[in-house]
Amino acid sequence: MALNRRDFLKSAAAATAASAVGIAVPSNLEASANEAQKDWRWDKAACRFCGTGCGIMLATKEGRIVAVKGDPAAPVNRGLNCIKGYFNAKIMYGADRLKTPLLRMNDKGEFDKHGKFKPVSWQRAFDEMEKYAKKALKESGPEGVAVFASGQYTVMEGYAAQKMMKGGFRSNAIDPNARHCMASAVVGFYQTFGIDEPSGCYDDIEITDTIVTWGSNMAEMHPILWSRVTDRKLSNPDKVKVVNIQTYTHRTCDLGDFNIIFSPNTDLALWNYIAHEIVFNHPEAIDWDFVKENIVFTAGPTNIGYGMRRAGEKSIKDGKYTALEMETINKEMEKKVSAKEAPALEPYGYKEGDTMKNTAGTLKHWHITFEEYKKSLEPFTLEYVAKIAKGDPNESIESFKKKLKDLAALYIEKDRKVVSFWTMGMNQHTRGTWVNTLSYNVHFLLNKQALPGNGAFSLTGQPSACGTAREVGTFCHRLPADLMVKNPKHRAKAEKIWGLPSGTLNPVGNQHIMKIHRDIEDGVVKFAWVNVCNAYQDSASASHWIKAAREMDNFIVTSDGYPGISAMVSDLVLPSAMIYEKWGAYGNAERRTQHWRQQVLPVGHAMSDTWQWMEFSKRFTVKDLWGPSTLRNGKKMADVRADAKKMGYNDDTTMFDILYANKGKEYKIDMDKFPQKGYDNSECIGDSRNVKGGDGKVFKGYNFMVHEYLFEEYASFGRGHGHDLAPFEVYHKVRGLKWPVVDGKETQWRFNVKYDPYAAKAAKAAGSKSTHAFYGPLAKNLLQGTLMGPDKSKGKKALKNKAKIFARPYMDPPEMPDKTYDTWLCTGRVLEHWHSGTMTMRVPELFRAVPEALCYMHPGDAKAKGVKRGELVWVESRRGKVKARVETRGRNRPPQGLVFVPWFDEKVFINKVCLDATCPMSKQTDYKKCAVKITKA
Amino acid sequence: MANSDNNRRKFMATTLQSVGLTALGGMLWSGYCDEAKASPLVLRPPGALPEEQFLDVCIKCGLCAEACANRESNKNKDGTQREGTLKMAKGGNHKLIGTPFFIPTEVPCYMCDDIPCVPVCPSEALDMKSLLNEKKELDINKAEMGLAIVHKESCVAFWGLQCDACYRACPLLDEAITLDYQKNERTGKHAFLLPVVHSDVCTGCGLCEKACITEKPAIFVLPREHSMGRAGDHYVKGWDEKDQQRAGDRKLDEIETHDERSQQAPSDYLNKEIEY
Repeated sequence: MALNRRDFLKSAAAATAASAVGIAVPSNLEASANEAQKDWRWDKAACRFCGTGCGIMLATKEGRIVAVKGDPAAPVNRGLNCIKGYFNAKIMYGADRLKTPLLRMNDKGEFDKHGKFKPVSWQRAFDEMEKYAKKALKESGPEGVAVFASGQYTVMEGYAAQKMMKGGFRSNAIDPNARHCMASAVVGFYQTFGIDEPSGCYDDIEITDTIVTWGSNMAEMHPILWSRVTDRKLSNPDKVKVVNIQTYTHRTCDLGDFNIIFSPNTDLALWNYIAHEIVFNHPEAIDWDFVKENIVFTAGPTNIGYGMRRAGEKSIKDGKYTALEMETINKEMEKKVSAKEAPALEPYGYKEGDTMKNTAGTLKHWHITFEEYKKSLEPFTLEYVAKIAKGDPNESIESFKKKLKDLAALYIEKDRKVVSFWTMGMNQHTRGTWVNTLSYNVHFLLNKQALPGNGAFSLTGQPSACGTAREVGTFCHRLPADLMVKNPKHRAKAEKIWGLPSGTLNPVGNQHIMKIHRDIEDGVVKFAWVNVCNAYQDSASASHWIKAAREMDNFIVTSDGYPGISAMVSDLVLPSAMIYEKWGAYGNAERRTQHWRQQVLPVGHAMSDTWQWMEFSKRFTVKDLWGPSTLRNGKKMADVRADAKKMGYNDDTTMFDILYANKGKEYKIDMDKFPQKGYDNSECIGDSRNVKGGDGKVFKGYNFMVHEYLFEEYASFGRGHGHDLAPFEVYHKVRGLKWPVVDGKETQWRFNVKYDPYAAKAAKAAGSKSTHAFYGPLAKNLLQGTLMGPDKSKGKKALKNKAKIFARPYMDPPEMPDKTYDTWLCTGRVLEHWHSGTMTMRVPELFRAVPEALCYMHPGDAKAKGVKRGELVWVESRRGKVKARVETRGRNRPPQGLVFVPWFDEKVFINKVCLDATCPMSKQTDYKKCAVKITKA
Repeated sequence: MANSDNNRRKFMATTLQSVGLTALGGMLWSGYCDEAKASPLVLRPPGALPEEQFLDVCIKCGLCAEACANRESNKNKDGTQREGTLKMAKGGNHKLIGTPFFIPTEVPCYMCDDIPCVPVCPSEALDMKSLLNEKKELDINKAEMGLAIVHKESCVAFWGLQCDACYRACPLLDEAITLDYQKNERTGKHAFLLPVVHSDVCTGCGLCEKACITEKPAIFVLPREHSMGRAGDHYVKGWDEKDQQRAGDRKLDEIETHDERSQQAPSDYLNKEIEY
């Protein structure tokens, strides 16, 4: 499938625009400043909100941000924004910003878990944190100290937090809210490509002929990208097709040539149906040259459970879960194979009514033959798939079947370019990893992946889920640049770069975000710090975690710009500098890294999360943290104090010196030099507010260029390994660059020999003439076997430069509607509000636009339940209930049997209702399906 | 040219300012007569008769506003009652005292399916018949409380921003407000998604005005007689068969046209001597 001339011109133009270094705002776009605005200073930044990564310009005057505009030079958005971006200038100025640390205290001024919040100094705040972190370490070891981290951390914040947690505390219990949004995509990338993040980029939109969205309300969640999709459709309405595939009709469906409403979880069956059509009915469409050269077929176990709590865990034994809750949780151990899933599981040796014994999720997989893969597809006939997947009871089976055939035909059509986009529908899924890998299967068979205008592309939710959570690696199992804590060579590399004694890093990384909550409930984690997220509003089965935080022996800290549920649940609240009150960088969904400078001083005594970590690190020394300890699994953590001495540290050397200052000092402050000149730098030189730091003295700055140091050290992990980032200073001149940045040039299509220098290098080294090289290094040496399991006698097979097609069936989710809980619940976002609404609910215009979360319901269901539009209903699951107002018209129109409730509104606390089942491989929660009953309130 | 336009605007602004100053002196007096000469830009409940008739027939009993406030769907989560959509005009509201009205930016009309405010009207100032559909059921979609108008210069969608908050808020989504897709030639790769209000569907409920994210809403509802123009019924769109219905009932005795040029009888005109 050669790139035609038109495509080439387009991609070349896009590349030129994006890689131009030092582009300023075109002179004809420079504002003609009038008298009132002549002292406005404009500077570039990234939008605070979603993973699209729009560029903006901010105007400041006398230390306040007064205006924002879309950056006309930004390739993603060319000066445009959505309505959240439109309010970037207002998000930091809500009247109730947190301005001082607040501690729960009794009348004597002592910390009291049942006391009221009262202002304290930073010094007192760190005193309490130090006390309780040390207590937690003493009682539970490194696993007792945890951090709820974020895909909204700046790159530098995430890196600073990760160093102190993993290098200092030797705890891997740091995991981001990105776990809730991207983890399934990540494991999908790891399993398929051996390396994280998409092969394509947004330029695919302008080149492709077909846009298929899977479980993605792109029109509301990625509005600027959606306007690019719309433009593409307008440019050639007959040729360009848009198909949307989801469980209810939403705003994105407006543009669809046709839309498919499927029954929750059966996207697994839909992808397998397309593959079945290719393999059984259109074998000529398979590009065997490509497949033989680049792809291997693989399979893994199916009885992997649903990521829920398992029998024997402390809180289960202690009776903290009701009999009703246990009805669902028991399926974690074993389940009966249902009539719906039995045909799909037949090739794996199961039949209807069999008991499936589940073992906890595993990433294990093995090589199989194409014939075995074909066997796995056999059940996915049009008849079977249409029967189980039709999601709208009022649609005829014929109409549904026609849509499935039309969908398959679009993918299969020779020379038709296809991009598959997805977001939370495919990621928040108890088989999220499976469904992610199934998407690549179809694209690989047709050789429609990692080519301009062709590919399955995971859209990111958060502004730096890619840039920070994933690339920096603020997950419990990761280190920067795709390194893994369980790999001794990877730990050794990190220890070397971080200047740690060998053996300091903890090899056990299993405390993902739900596990941290569960460990708090089990009494293991006794100190937890919430950073740049709202962990107590955003987690399913929320009542459990809130009860554990409020009633058990632990110390919870929340750093935030505004007070929200997490702060309310905490023992100590710290005021954080918000986005443009600090230097930072984000990385968007197309691997684009974007930096900005501190535009204004933070409000009150707020300080950045980076500063909070660095001040906190001063409280801990080699002797506090680097002695011996034993993990829960019995593994011994070595005493590394002697080795530390050999490295020139002593017992009293602080983590601040080891982790930040020693090497950081090489990065000088130079206020006469670009990019520092003319900009605030609170961490480095202090500021005019004279905030008193952790030692009670006025903070005068760390006296080195903290941000550049953190970024450059982090970047050193990936340079030369396919993750190359440009120098710090370059990012302050350009409108972001898509990594890997090699010889000053960004990369549009990875794994493609023509566009990706790493692919070219890998292909050359292997003596391959292939168009592609899937050079990702993870899991490239596999056992061989069948769908039923690996055959160890055959030995392992190396799979250099190969990507994988996985045999993976349809399976039911653990909780489905029944007689009592007869309705599916799906949750999500609305365009107007970001996540838990801590920022957007403080913008009066956005609050006015959408002041409360509604329960979107089919009018027929409302009638059957005896409720009218606007009336209140209880939405109740086995775990809890919330009251919400019914809407039967408008933007979200569910089929009968499903309701949709957004989660931004803390007064409609829907996560009390949701189930904390996860993909057992990626540990990402499924917020898209559980069973509820609806009753008139 | 541009300059002279500016001058003209300046001139008008100055005039208005002086009018404002003059008006100030009359404030006390006007305060009293304000309600008597109430603003014509008032939004009435569903089914309200045309404004002049409505004012004659409405007995100012307040039953409609009471039904609106007391409806089942107007409760807060704690069971307390929310402020209703309909208010009864008081002194200072600049509306005829005692008559029902609503202000969308405060509380829009939520378009209840059972329209509780209308059947309770004892005087038929709120006319149930006007709200009946073909099946003779009460149908809120038939209401004509007003019509939403988009002010293009302040609507950020016309700047190319991705908003459509009004579109998503509309209870008759994709019917009363649709989106017009246009290419954004400046960026070359984005589309405008422009809200367009359809007067044959829009009921004037005001949910769009309430949801509009600009500081002062760029989409707002006015009574229909104030928000609609009317094209002449002597011309029928040649490309639209239905358009003839619009012109269908031209009264023959109104066919003759009158203006300044035609006001003289032909002989009067002709008998005037021409100057030469």
